[in-house]
Amino acid sequence: MSVLVFIDTAEGHVKKASLEVLSYGAKVAEQLGTTVEGVVLGTVSEDLAALGKYGVRKIHHVKDGALDHLDAQVYAGVIAQVVNASGASLIIFSNNVDGKAIAPRLSVRLKAGLVSGAVALPDTSNGCVVKKNVFSGKAFANIAVKTEIKIISLSPNAYKIIAGEGTAEVVPFTATVGTPKVKVTSVVKASGEVPLTEAEIVVSAGRGLKGPENWGMVEELAKVLHAALACSRPVADAHWRPHNEHVGQTGIAIAPNLYIAIGISGAIQHLAGVNRSKVIVVINKDPEAPFFKAADYGIVGDAFEIIPKFTEAVKKLKGMV
Amino acid sequence: MKILVCISKSPDTTAKIAFTDNNTKFDANGVQWIINPYDEWFALVRAIELKEADPTTVIHLVTVGGVDVEPIIRKALALGGDEAARVNVDSQDSFYIASQIAEVAKQGAYDIIFTGKETIDYNGSSIGGMVAELLDLPYVALATHFELKGTTAIITREIEGGEEIAEVALPVTVSCQKGMAEARIPNMRGIMAARSKPMKVIEPIAADTLTSIVDFGLPLVKAGVKLVPADHVEELVRLLHEEAKAI
Ligand SMILES: Cc1cc2nc3c(=O)[nH]c(=O)nc-3n(C[C@H](O)[C@H](O)[C@H](O)COP(=O)(O)OP(=O)(O)OC[C@H]3O[C@@H](n4cnc5c(N)ncnc54)[C@H](O)[C@@H]3O)c2cc1C
Repeated sequence: MSVLVFIDTAEGHVKKASLEVLSYGAKVAEQLGTTVEGVVLGTVSEDLAALGKYGVRKIHHVKDGALDHLDAQVYAGVIAQVVNASGASLIIFSNNVDGKAIAPRLSVRLKAGLVSGAVALPDTSNGCVVKKNVFSGKAFANIAVKTEIKIISLSPNAYKIIAGEGTAEVVPFTATVGTPKVKVTSVVKASGEVPLTEAEIVVSAGRGLKGPENWGMVEELAKVLHAALACSRPVADAHWRPHNEHVGQTGIAIAPNLYIAIGISGAIQHLAGVNRSKVIVVINKDPEAPFFKAADYGIVGDAFEIIPKFTEAVKKLKGMV
Repeated sequence: MKILVCISKSPDTTAKIAFTDNNTKFDANGVQWIINPYDEWFALVRAIELKEADPTTVIHLVTVGGVDVEPIIRKALALGGDEAARVNVDSQDSFYIASQIAEVAKQGAYDIIFTGKETIDYNGSSIGGMVAELLDLPYVALATHFELKGTTAIITREIEGGEEIAEVALPVTVSCQKGMAEARIPNMRGIMAARSKPMKVIEPIAADTLTSIVDFGLPLVKAGVKLVPADHVEELVRLLHEEAKAI
């Protein structure tokens, strides 16, 4: 009856998304009156026992070096073995880049119903009903999982990390791994940047910025806020900014704590990808811009004047000047 | 080279989202249907580009849905698919849909199966991975580039704060997103040609559904925006710090 959490890593480090799913898993286990276990694949350079403070009591670690890079097929096979050995009936992933690759495969392998993109704890009072976003955040749906074993993948930034006390018992798990067919040849990381989907704060700019040469002040603001950068679709389409910054219904969907939109009109397709942000700030020179209807705070004015002042005020707040 | 592209319909991005029957059904009244943008702009167009580079390539389209999906499939054929198959059933369960697609894929011995990274209605991002598992094929999700070197695919996928490049020997299943290709619009010749392209209708196989929709809801609307004068930016920062506790 236990809950099993997939602890996702990158280059040996536990991802922030994993702390969210651990905290979520611990809460679900408490709700079900059971315990939560974790599974980690590949080489890890961190002290896994310390993850006990997020509520996990036992971590199965499959150390095989063939698992240092993701091959969803191999990963699903190994996780299925851990599920069988541990008798878990609920498996939790982050609905991040890796969860999206592995969870659907595991769902087929275990014939376990999957709800991807959960945004709240499941209702387990009568079966298992999970709330998730649909229509790119314009609505939500409650989905019933009808199978014995169930899989939930949790939207990034949808559940708060809860740290307490405790250490986890880390047990090596010997699995049949197999040879990955996906052979990773290189990893390109934008160093020092905050990954967009994990960021607490996102600074985003649109066509109102006029051209790529004006992004310096946006980057500056993002830097002092320790924020990730994002942009609207026309900005990415015009190659002012890279594609991986494009947020919205047809770009990346995000849910940071704070979303700052500069010179973005707030078209319905843009809002769809960002409306789960907890606090939205809009800076736009047009008081009629639709984005103001979705905002918590706003300034009507010229971004070129406001952004440098914004940066200065943040620096002052943080004692940086 | 044989490519299968999975096509789904989705409501137009500006469609009004509302529900009927006690919030258990999407209200399709007055809704314009489009090809799911990820399927069209990235999966299909990349397949067409591969065919342009190697004209011996064959592109088949598959969709799972009722007769109302046919205009969508015709548009996809107008863009460049060679023929299409429609599995004649409506479902919202990913496993059920993936089982239908996998059945079609088995008949075709495809080298590449492309899907969009998700549909913009149910946002499941599950079909590609499920089809791959059902067919025991490797799977790369959220691809931003796809190149062929003989029978090896070189695929770039999104990772947190970067990209990962991998080589996979064909056959492979890939879910596609921005970066793969640039959106196109069908031309007159394509539209004419699409009229005579084969569209098979296939009855569904028996398959389980693992989930069901209980009901839908709309998010709470915001209380209203608090405006700060443009010459008081430090007031905004104070509010974000003290009131919203966001910085
Ligand atoms: C199928 C489909 C899918 C789409 N998907 C997406 C998506 O995923 N993401 C997305 O973003 N868009 C998407 N779009 C596009 C969307 O409809 C809008 O066109 C787009 O979001 C507009 O981008 P923008 O706000 O940067 O530009 P604009 O709409 O041109 O707005 C620019 C804004 O900047 C303001 N401005 C100008 N100068 C200044 C200044 N000096 N200071 C302050 N403000 C200023 C203007 O008042 C205006 O509000 C999609 C469209 C379609 C049809």
